[in-house]
Amino acid sequence: MAKTTFLNVDNNNVLASIQDLLKSVLEQDDIEAILAPQNIKIGNNDKGINIMPVLIYDPTLIEDIDPLAPTFVMNAAKLVSKLTHKPMGKKIAVVLRACEIRALIELVKLKQANMEDIIIIGIDCLGAYTNKDFAKLAVSDAKELTQQFCENVLAGKEPPVEGGPDLSSACRVCEYPIPENADILIGLFGQDIKKQIMLQSLTEKGTALFEKLSYTESEESSKKLADRKKVISEVIARKKDFRDKVFEITHEATNTLEKLSNYFVGCINCYNCRVACPVCYCRECVFNTDVFNHDPYQYIQWAKRKGSVKLPADTNFYHITRLAHISLACVGCGQCSNACPNDIPVMELFKYVANSTQAAFEYEAGKDIDQPLPLSVFKEEEYLDVVGIN
Amino acid sequence: MAEHEPLIIAFVCNWCTYTAADLAGTSRLSYPKNIRMIRVMCTGMVDPQYVIKAFLEGADMVIVSGCHPGDCHYINGNYKARRRIKLLKEILPKFGIEKERLKLTWIGASDGIEFAKTMQELVVQAKNIDPNPAGTEA
Repeated sequence: MAKTTFLNVDNNNVLASIQDLLKSVLEQDDIEAILAPQNIKIGNNDKGINIMPVLIYDPTLIEDIDPLAPTFVMNAAKLVSKLTHKPMGKKIAVVLRACEIRALIELVKLKQANMEDIIIIGIDCLGAYTNKDFAKLAVSDAKELTQQFCENVLAGKEPPVEGGPDLSSACRVCEYPIPENADILIGLFGQDIKKQIMLQSLTEKGTALFEKLSYTESEESSKKLADRKKVISEVIARKKDFRDKVFEITHEATNTLEKLSNYFVGCINCYNCRVACPVCYCRECVFNTDVFNHDPYQYIQWAKRKGSVKLPADTNFYHITRLAHISLACVGCGQCSNACPNDIPVMELFKYVANSTQAAFEYEAGKDIDQPLPLSVFKEEEYLDVVGIN
Repeated sequence: MAEHEPLIIAFVCNWCTYTAADLAGTSRLSYPKNIRMIRVMCTGMVDPQYVIKAFLEGADMVIVSGCHPGDCHYINGNYKARRRIKLLKEILPKFGIEKERLKLTWIGASDGIEFAKTMQELVVQAKNIDPNPAGTEA
């Protein structure tokens, strides 16, 4: 079913090749629009750019899109949810990062999104800077940065651009750089992106599009795919090593409630992490309700019992509750950390706990659309070890 | 360490364990005063939040107790509770709240004796572990 071909890259410009490909996708009769990250200048002065998701109808506007730019402003799975929670009557293509696709799969399971009207185009993910670090670069056009960034990351350079910042920690620890659940995959790992990139269809939908675009299966693909596989497994092994080190540090920093309070000491209950989280699924969050509108006297009671109480209160309660709610669906995209005004390493803790809770239920968030959410099902005979008082 | 009086929060379902507690009372069985019972309609409605809150406010132990598998008044609430307890037993120990502090049991409506015995045993266990530091710190 899967078909593979290799596209030539002209003038050392990988972005242009991807834009051409997306343009030909958008020109298909049955594809109404395409959702992809686009270069947008900030203000009128040279304050730099933002790369924001844009729904593009006009194929001539494709020249400003840049899905390879090293920035990840928000997890677009939430936007796909907005576009698909009801039938839209049209089909669209969406260009997503691997973690966005994985979050989208969780949202589909939560019945907050639908795959029917979309075709997913995934690109090997080379990671991104934090929003703050990207803003500091203040580039007026990301295209040059994008090319240099991609070449350097594929060459294994850290940091990706000499003298520049490191990737965001979520990207540094991410063991899922390949968008395996896309319909169409654009492969960068194992390719000399100055010369060519890979295009692969992974689903029936993807294969249909692949054929409509008049691509034919490449004959040399098996050797090239084997090389690619080797490169990818090396990248993943390196990321996992780093991930495990981060887990160890996070464990040391949070293994008592007192340490956890300290970890979150800068938390101001802005709940940005909750808003940024693609899988925080409640329509109305309990932390916005009167349950947390405590009686003023309550604060005095807390202060009295513990000697003092840090305000705003309930930070441990909030974060542990969010862990209980979403750690099984956490895809580790790191938008929680990105959104934190006080630079609390939220992702590190969530990924670390999610790693254990998902393992406990033999579940992997975002992997398989047919695997039900652990808390939505049960069996009669299971987890007998949690029952009983001994 | 001097023996402390532990605090145990018990979420008990209306149909089985609460009824068992009632039976224990009418049968004049006694159980220690360390248990604070909260009656819920079903263990399936015990949001993980309730348990987290209890521990953060200093409970030394939390027990959730309901109908035996197959006997749930709402057919399957107890099975759902079991998965949530499983989840909490993964999360809470990361922050120093040991697995042993959280219990799940099935105590049927006619098990008044079992209820009293379970509560007595829990208090013995709770006295043998350190007090929950969240009672005074964190």
